[in-house]
Amino acid sequence: MPSPSVLFPPDAARPDEDQAAEPPFFGDLNLDQVVDALLAGRKAYRLRPFFYHPLHDAAAVRYRQAVAQDLENDALREHVHTFATRMRQVGRYLRMLNDLEYPYHIAGWFLEAVLRYTEAVQALADALAEADLHAAAFLALRDYLADYVHAEAFTALRDEAQAVRAELDAIRYCIHILGDTVRVRRCEDEPDHAAEVERTFAKFRRGAVKDYRTPVYVRSGMNHIEAQILDCVVKLYPEPFAHLDAFRTRHPDFRDPVVTAFDREVQFYLAYLEFIAPLREAGLPFCTPEIITDKAIAARETYDLALAHKLVSEGRPVVTNDFALHGKERIFVVTGPNQGGKTTFARTVGQLHYLAALGLPVPGREARLVLPDRIFTHFERAEEVANLRGKLEDELIRLRETFGQATPQSLIILNEVFASTTFQDALFLGRQVMERLLALDALGVFVTFLAELSTLGPQVVSMVSTVDPENPAERTYKIVRRRADGLAYAHALAEKHHLTHDQLVARVRP
Amino acid sequence: MNVFLLFPNRDADPKAPLPWQAEALEQDLGLPQVYEAMAQGDKFLHAAARRVLLDSLEDVDLIRYRQAVLQDCLAHPDVVREIYRIPIEAQEKKREQWLGIFSRSPQGILSSAVDLLAMFVGLLRRLKGIADAQAGAFASEGFRRFFAMLQAELDEAYFEEVETHLRTLKFRQGVLLSAELGPGNEGTRYTLRKPRRTPRPILKQIFGRTPSCGFTIPPRDTYGSKALGEIKDRGLNEVANAVAQAADHIDGFLKLLQAELAFYVGALNLAERIAALGMPLAFPDPAPAETRRFTASGLYDLGLALAKNAAVVGNDIQANAKNLVIITGANQGGKTTFLRSAGLAQLMMQAGLFVPAQALEANLARGVFTHFKREEDAEMESGKFDEELGRMDAIADYLRAHSLVLFNESFAATNEREGSEIARQIVDALLEGRVKVFFVTHFYTFAHSYYAASQGEALFLRAERLPDGRRTFKMIPAEPLQTSFGEDLYRQIFKAG
Repeated sequence: MPSPSVLFPPDAARPDEDQAAEPPFFGDLNLDQVVDALLAGRKAYRLRPFFYHPLHDAAAVRYRQAVAQDLENDALREHVHTFATRMRQVGRYLRMLNDLEYPYHIAGWFLEAVLRYTEAVQALADALAEADLHAAAFLALRDYLADYVHAEAFTALRDEAQAVRAELDAIRYCIHILGDTVRVRRCEDEPDHAAEVERTFAKFRRGAVKDYRTPVYVRSGMNHIEAQILDCVVKLYPEPFAHLDAFRTRHPDFRDPVVTAFDREVQFYLAYLEFIAPLREAGLPFCTPEIITDKAIAARETYDLALAHKLVSEGRPVVTNDFALHGKERIFVVTGPNQGGKTTFARTVGQLHYLAALGLPVPGREARLVLPDRIFTHFERAEEVANLRGKLEDELIRLRETFGQATPQSLIILNEVFASTTFQDALFLGRQVMERLLALDALGVFVTFLAELSTLGPQVVSMVSTVDPENPAERTYKIVRRRADGLAYAHALAEKHHLTHDQLVARVRP
Repeated sequence: MNVFLLFPNRDADPKAPLPWQAEALEQDLGLPQVYEAMAQGDKFLHAAARRVLLDSLEDVDLIRYRQAVLQDCLAHPDVVREIYRIPIEAQEKKREQWLGIFSRSPQGILSSAVDLLAMFVGLLRRLKGIADAQAGAFASEGFRRFFAMLQAELDEAYFEEVETHLRTLKFRQGVLLSAELGPGNEGTRYTLRKPRRTPRPILKQIFGRTPSCGFTIPPRDTYGSKALGEIKDRGLNEVANAVAQAADHIDGFLKLLQAELAFYVGALNLAERIAALGMPLAFPDPAPAETRRFTASGLYDLGLALAKNAAVVGNDIQANAKNLVIITGANQGGKTTFLRSAGLAQLMMQAGLFVPAQALEANLARGVFTHFKREEDAEMESGKFDEELGRMDAIADYLRAHSLVLFNESFAATNEREGSEIARQIVDALLEGRVKVFFVTHFYTFAHSYYAASQGEALFLRAERLPDGRRTFKMIPAEPLQTSFGEDLYRQIFKAG
């Protein structure tokens, strides 16, 4: 029986993690920002390969979607979080053993690692047994852990560890220090001196005063004086330490590979859910996308995840947009005023499809999306290029490559690719590209200043960025499905400056 | 242990914010003169005087409590000053002997805290001695409670207990710590233990009964000595904190004693100044805020007397049952001086002090406010009326029923008709809100409108002018007059020149 995994169904192929590289469109879609941000603080889990590996099988996506949905349960997520915290401690303690010097110091931290491990696994098994689970992955893990924690290997490990710890806890010793001489002995119920002092002076107590306690510098370490004291304690109480030695010999390697794999893989979801939590708190919706096989993609109240992350952290509002294709429609042509959210819209469509292919919830109230075989992006580069001809040439070479590799199942996103050529060139090239796109029957988003491209056929849907008619200088970042006329914004600006035809006629003096 | 000499059931709060109108009161009523007379150059006394004078009590019983304590002080000034020496000496010794907790290590904190505590304990013994000797001679509830508390809390057995602690905390027989095994078998919960007292020799006592194990750090192992010192520090952390906090608490007690007594010591100084000027002082008779009382004899402006260092004229006034007192009359006739004397006496009464008068009965005010004409604003004439109304606007934020507002030539930065109308609207509103008002004005229109309508709830005073034109600086009940004798003054000054 294959080990249960929360990332891949039992029969699915796993990616070669060493080969995983950032997809070429990550930068254009700002997914690099998203992944960098959500992996911050989780380096040790080596999650990057999973975020670089989109799924192409709807069943595999649904397998993950179910896991993510189960993890929406706050109580379960809290349990998993606690489990992860303990497992990190286990790892830290075990790594530390190599650097320690004194045998009972090493044995002590080994015991601590075992205690934390058994605690972590037992609590997780208990939590899963209680939880309302639906994901196949979690159900398989629940069964696995139920067997594991009841098996002799685990119960013996746990019970022995606790017994040894209890023996060590019971030890209380006294140290008498006079000059450079140290004596260690058993204690005899001598009273706590500080408490007596406090009692004596309690009558003067009034209000809060300064705390004179020096912060105890807690290091995981033991110097030779502490070691000598510990040696004395061992001599005074030999039995518990003998038990500790025996325990360590009996359990050299105690971690289960399925448990450690879960510990790592579940972080894929936690990282993402943690990243989107503040956005949800700000009222932004997320949904589990429906994976469709036709091309009638649609989303309501969706938005650019990277931009929303930034805006929410600055306390600024996020504008959401809707989009939908029906029947034969394949291409969004986005026109309208600059800085009106056109690029953001194009990114949003790309991000949504990529996140859906990772099996994760996506920005939006609801979404119907495809699993593209490839995603291609062509964004105008901001950097100056000395040779415009060279730049256009490079761009066309890339486009040719794209069209050589793209299939009807691909998603192609073009953003102002010909903005730096002449109008005539741009119109010509734009038409050519559009015709290729239409012939290919792939899904596409084409951001352009060329309104002409929006009327090239029934497969083309015109989307326009808008302005507020009351306050034309204000950007709304709303992208709506509407005929592209290219004049609404210019007219509004002219009115604001009292330069419309009628205004200007009235102002010109006779 | 509580001082409770200013309040019967709570500590004075030296950090409490001054009332919002503090600056205006000081400027308008001549308070700095009074602070100076109480402080005699001592900054601490000055601060205490200021704090207590501005923090008006609004409860008759609290005022009587302080009056009784103050009467004890006036009867035994030397004893009170002797007690006051004790907290002063604590601060002086701290400074002179470099006592204080400056260390950052528990061992260092502990040893300096023990020294500091030993010094404090010596002073507490002296305080207890005074209580034993003087308790019977004091009559006020405040002092009787204070002395009784010292006698009950600081008996000989207690001092012995404290001194035992101070001795054992020198650790002449070494330090005994208990410890447990934390994660990794690292020692934890190091706690200082008090060795059991037994008649046996100390080493036997510690090691005689149970098997033990030990070692001695070689002289050259400085790292080892340091490591041992760290263990000791961890064990002494709690006890060092306990001793240092105990020292802080005693320090706090002595400072509070100083802060509360400072007001009374200031009052002693002031009483001596007043006696030297040959002026009277009286313990006033406070009435609840809901009543309307103001009856004084020989009420004088203490600030003026202190500034001139001479006796000044006092006034008799009968304003019981009056909500409104309007003062009119000759310029330079003592109107402002009278207004000040009334405001200052009100504040002193509500601080629990004696007042500058032969007798005074007055109702308490829920906040005393002054709205005085500001001479220094003259240069920006255009905005002056606006500024006046702005100040009134600010005061209005703080007014309550039974507040007292003293107006001095207010709203006069405009013509008489406008100024009268505004003043009239404001005063009407205040009276409807049951605010008590004293108003000095030269606006006949304003003053007379109240005189014409008065049903006896207003009192009209006039700065007296004798038939020969001389001023007596006395206020007499009289109808407002149309003129305000500026002509007189003009003549007097120009004749003299």
